[in-house]
Amino acid sequence: MTKTIYGMMAEFDTPGALVNAAREARAKGYRKLDAYSPFPIEELSEALHLHKSRLPLIVLIGGILGGLTGYLMQYYVTVLYFPINVAGRPLHSWPAYIIITFEMTILFAALSAVFGLLALCGLPMPYHPVFNVPRFALASRNRFFLCIEATDPLFDRKATSDFLGTLEPREVSEVAH
Amino acid sequence: MPDEQDLLQAEPPKREIIGTGYTFGTVTDQIASVVLTKRTPLFWFASFAVGFGLLLVFLWSVVLLLAKGVGIWGIRMPVAWGFAITNFVWWIGIGHAGTLISAILLLLNQQWRNSINRFAEAMTLFAVASAGMFPLLHLGRPWLFYWLFPYPNSMAVQPNFRSPLVWDVFAVSTYATVSLLFWFVGLLPDLATLRDRSTHRLPRFLYGILAMGWRGSARHWASHEVASLLLAGLATPLVLSVHTVVSFDFTIAIVPGWHSTFFPPYFVAGAIYSGFAMVLVLAIPLRKVYGLEGLITLRHLQNSAKVLLATGLIVAYSYVMEQFMAWYGGNT
Repeated sequence: MTKTIYGMMAEFDTPGALVNAAREARAKGYRKLDAYSPFPIEELSEALHLHKSRLPLIVLIGGILGGLTGYLMQYYVTVLYFPINVAGRPLHSWPAYIIITFEMTILFAALSAVFGLLALCGLPMPYHPVFNVPRFALASRNRFFLCIEATDPLFDRKATSDFLGTLEPREVSEVAH
Repeated sequence: MPDEQDLLQAEPPKREIIGTGYTFGTVTDQIASVVLTKRTPLFWFASFAVGFGLLLVFLWSVVLLLAKGVGIWGIRMPVAWGFAITNFVWWIGIGHAGTLISAILLLLNQQWRNSINRFAEAMTLFAVASAGMFPLLHLGRPWLFYWLFPYPNSMAVQPNFRSPLVWDVFAVSTYATVSLLFWFVGLLPDLATLRDRSTHRLPRFLYGILAMGWRGSARHWASHEVASLLLAGLATPLVLSVHTVVSFDFTIAIVPGWHSTFFPPYFVAGAIYSGFAMVLVLAIPLRKVYGLEGLITLRHLQNSAKVLLATGLIVAYSYVMEQFMAWYGGNT
């Protein structure tokens, strides 16, 4: 019985080679793939047909909630909970509320951006199979990796490895679970 | 006689941001070695000693302040403002350059910022932490600082949301939080690099915890890029608003000579001016001591100097206009 593996990984020297390899793998029919690079490569999202990030929506909702929280908190405190007449000024003195409303909007939006980012990336994730490839430590330095995962219907240990070999990688290795 | 073409190529191309001869690998190695090196340079110990000495002066001053009260600042004069608020404004201003570099220059697509943004953001964090000390200390009873927040309490009182001092609480705590978040989001891939580069177990474990399992996957990067842009878009109005709110501390009251619509832009320009000066104060020794001349090049220093010149001119104009307004308005 063969041991199950996570996938097959190819290592490339340049961002261009990685983008090409990702395109070829998509063209070949592979769908469960991911690319790893030390810095963002714009063409990769398009090559891998990644969905548009949902982060802007999350941040918008966070910002609106923050603004409402800021304004309603001040309204509640100054009008309902603790009304004080200061020199005849109206209790609902909305111009004075603008600043805290603005600050709370920014605060909630920024918090949702960061927690949204972590959630969308699935972080924190202390263990991931790709770290089992010893050379993967270079993915944060100067090497570019393409991984075809074993869950892909087209995945076959021999055929996928041979296919990755045709893309002129520096090395092809198995990713253990 | 050397060929004309050779001479032309000996000069680095004008648009080049970092020195010639760098590859992805050598840039990573050089920056990581600053953190992971076994030999801490003498310069570090010397600067640490100076910083620690100043910290002790601060602690001694705080003890004196708590023992004797805020009267030691000579704040009984009704027109001049106190020692605490000038320190507060100064430190917040220093911090603003970090946010400007990380947020505004990112939105303006100024790529030279990438060499200096991380340390400028770290500078912002420390500056905001220092700034936060002064409003707390000027409270007189700093251990009751939480009374500034609206929370349900047995005294059944609440802060006055029409007061600029309460606006300050929200502005500065939001600014500190957002600066920290922005810094951390930018740092996440760097921490992953340090995790992969470190050779000992303990640093690898610690950087591993902080990097949260960042793998540099295309999906990660796509979200990371969006998050950076969004945070920059949020931090840009924030940085302008924070110093505006700080200037409101002075202008919202009707004290003659201080009650002026002119203060917010004046304060923001002054903040960026002093902050960029601090970036240069930190960058020039750093690039020398850690041999980073190839990454923080003369071009960075030149660009920072241009920002200094522009904001310096705005501040000079503001000084003149401040006097003019006081004279013209009879508000003296």
